[in-house]
Amino acid sequence: MKNQSFNDLLEPYDWDQVTQQIYDKGERDVIQALSKDRADLEDLKALVSPAATPYLEQMAQKSQTITQQRFGKTIRMYVPLYLSNYCSNGCVYCGFNAKNKIPRKKLTTEEVLAEANQIIKLGFKSILLVTGEDQRRCNTEYLKEIFTLLNPIFDTISIEVQPMDTEDYSILKELGLHAVYVYQETYHQKSYPDYHAFGRKRDFKYRLTTPERIAEAGVHKLGFGALLGLEEWRTEAFFIALHLSYMEKKHWQTQYSISFPRLRPHAGNFPPQFPINDTELLKLICAFRIFNPYVELTLSTRESAFYRDNLLSLGVTSMSAGSKTEPGGYVKENKELKQFEIEDARSVEEVVSAINERGYEVVWKDWDTILA
Amino acid sequence: MSEKLIIADNEFSSRLFVGTGKYSSNSIMEKSIIASKTEMVTMALRRVDLNDGIGDDLLSHINHDHLHLLPNTSGVRNAKEAVFAACMAREALGTNWIKLEVHPEPRHLLPDAIETIKAAKELVEKGFVVLPYTIADPLTCKHLEDVGCQAVMPLGACIGSNEGITNIEMIKLIIDQSNVPVVIDAGLGAPSHAALAMELGADACLVNTAIANSSDPIKMGEAFHWAIVSGRMAWEARLAQKPQGVTKATSPLTSFLNQ
Repeated sequence: MKNQSFNDLLEPYDWDQVTQQIYDKGERDVIQALSKDRADLEDLKALVSPAATPYLEQMAQKSQTITQQRFGKTIRMYVPLYLSNYCSNGCVYCGFNAKNKIPRKKLTTEEVLAEANQIIKLGFKSILLVTGEDQRRCNTEYLKEIFTLLNPIFDTISIEVQPMDTEDYSILKELGLHAVYVYQETYHQKSYPDYHAFGRKRDFKYRLTTPERIAEAGVHKLGFGALLGLEEWRTEAFFIALHLSYMEKKHWQTQYSISFPRLRPHAGNFPPQFPINDTELLKLICAFRIFNPYVELTLSTRESAFYRDNLLSLGVTSMSAGSKTEPGGYVKENKELKQFEIEDARSVEEVVSAINERGYEVVWKDWDTILA
Repeated sequence: MSEKLIIADNEFSSRLFVGTGKYSSNSIMEKSIIASKTEMVTMALRRVDLNDGIGDDLLSHINHDHLHLLPNTSGVRNAKEAVFAACMAREALGTNWIKLEVHPEPRHLLPDAIETIKAAKELVEKGFVVLPYTIADPLTCKHLEDVGCQAVMPLGACIGSNEGITNIEMIKLIIDQSNVPVVIDAGLGAPSHAALAMELGADACLVNTAIANSSDPIKMGEAFHWAIVSGRMAWEARLAQKPQGVTKATSPLTSFLNQ
């Protein structure tokens, strides 16, 4: 176990079998999961199963209590800065797919600075840098340049870019890298190639072991998850939980964050094969919180204002606001460059006041790279 | 009137320390702090704007003359980071007091004894007044005292757990053996837990989650104040002991005296 990679751990699992185990869970399993002090993976299966649906209210209450005990009444704020929409991958569900005939743009250092200044004005002190996956245009060298530029401006810099080698993460960590977010999209190994037609992202295993490489580089915080809509979400939930448990035991010094992005309309529209509705997403979030009291749970502007406002006290601890999903969007909006359409288009101010109205305080700053 | 708490030649009328995290708003936090009558407030350096200490929203709410600010190093993972953070705090906030917290494991936030002792030694040498958060291990506390810490802050239970004092025998040993003030730092979930800590002879308690997460943090702040006062008075008044089940021997052991 000690030296086993997550890829080895995943090997013996059969997707359909796990799905069946989840669907076989009954009311008694749900009640047991809700009665325990510490839920385990079997409990998580019960909590995401159809048998848990009549217990959603109890789940929400338990999730709220656990979240408030650990995080208080606070929501951490973040915002993405899209550096580039160039991409060499062919992900069928993504607007940046190399095959999509959309205008492409990579920000110059001047443009990055202009975006950063706009973002600072909105109140943010931390930044999440996002790029399409393009080794040639947005490689470590480019990111090094951007880090040097932005380090004096933001308290922390996080990235959501192509998976990299440990060495690259180590280099960026020296320049102030705080957190890395990398999504497996689906843990369904067999169907993974169907969604990732070409490009480096087609390599399931390299992507799967990315969190391990990030943690080995000593990066403070690590976020992962699946894109909900591609495959059965209940089964994805189990594998995310398995992955999280594995990471927490092996890399016990790293902080973890899980996000639950639902497939959104985008260029080249790909309809969700396994849609997850609002009730189910709430169930998933509550189940995850009951399973793990410590992990950061994120809900982005992919979700509607109404839905986010109602969920912010039920297990979520981190939210974005005022997000633009195209490079250069904070200075000047350009719809054609977007990765996907956001649903909650309120201003940062409006989101903050909605959070305050619910009796929650916003956390702008939770770490300072200078401290590490 | 109870004895005053003295740490590093500073006198404190209140033996309650409070935190600043988890509140639903900074304004409620401020009112709760006032209601608790505390004179010592700790805040995570990672949450404070280090470039603009004066303009920082959190700091502006705890900027009262009677409040002693105690920055903490929450979030750091080793001695090196802790020392750096403490130096940043001294520079940004103009205080050489530091609540040393080194917890490399982000889930339970358990303090790392080895790194804490290492950081404490270095910080004392750099002229800091060091108040370390530590596991409730009597020997670790003695080591911290030996390297020059001005108090020790053992946990009653896991931070934020509200479990109360789950390690009472170790806490008693720490209190018995300590030459510096003992502040019970984590896990206190109710005023009765704090009262118990004070009755055991703790010098002070630090409370955050139990106040911030209650339905009425302002009232709960005051409740903790009274619990601390009451527990301390009980300690000073020396508690009456439980009867030890005194029995009468059938063959008196001392009857020979009458022979």
